[in-house]
Amino acid sequence: MFKYAKKNKALAAFGGLALAAVAAAPVMAQRDPAYAAARAAGKIGEKPDGYLGFVTAPSPAIKALVEDINIKRKAAYTRKAQETNSTVEQFAFTSGCNLIMRTVPGEKYQTPSGTWNTRDSSEPVRDSRCP
Amino acid sequence: MMLYQTSQLTDRSYDAIRCKMRSLTTTSLVLGAMIGLSACVQVAAPDKPIVINLNINIKQEVVYRLDGDAKDLINQEADIF
Repeated sequence: MFKYAKKNKALAAFGGLALAAVAAAPVMAQRDPAYAAARAAGKIGEKPDGYLGFVTAPSPAIKALVEDINIKRKAAYTRKAQETNSTVEQFAFTSGCNLIMRTVPGEKYQTPSGTWNTRDSSEPVRDSRCP
Repeated sequence: MMLYQTSQLTDRSYDAIRCKMRSLTTTSLVLGAMIGLSACVQVAAPDKPIVINLNINIKQEVVYRLDGDAKDLINQEADIF
């Protein structure tokens, strides 16, 4: 009887976890498929300043998409800069360090000298101030 | 005649040595002043790079401080990163 109750409790806990995961899923929004495709194709890449840049001349659709994301990024950086008592540029730069580090092989990123590199399995070329 | 000439020469050479020493002292003073002046100019030159280095250090400190918050933001708003 006790054993059964214990098993039931574990099951309930597991069910609760699963429910929480389902509930949390919509909050963890994923990349727009067009954005993900442009990234993977190397048409756009991560810049050291924390924003997206065009590797090749963009189509109007990609240009609008990147500008929209960069505006949203700037809004997020501004909010976080206020929370952390820093400037938008400082927070954006720190995010840029992380975003370049998180690029996956095949994606493009900009080096401090301004050239576009394709990320491979080695460590990306980043600003000396990056942690 | 020869003796007189010698003594005169000796006297003259003594004067010449004194004169030469004096001119040497003057020359070294001028040289010292010139070196001193040029050293002043050299001290002024590295002023700018030092300022730039300080800026880099301050910024790197800030970057290290903000790193955790930046990682949180990227994870929270995965759709725009």
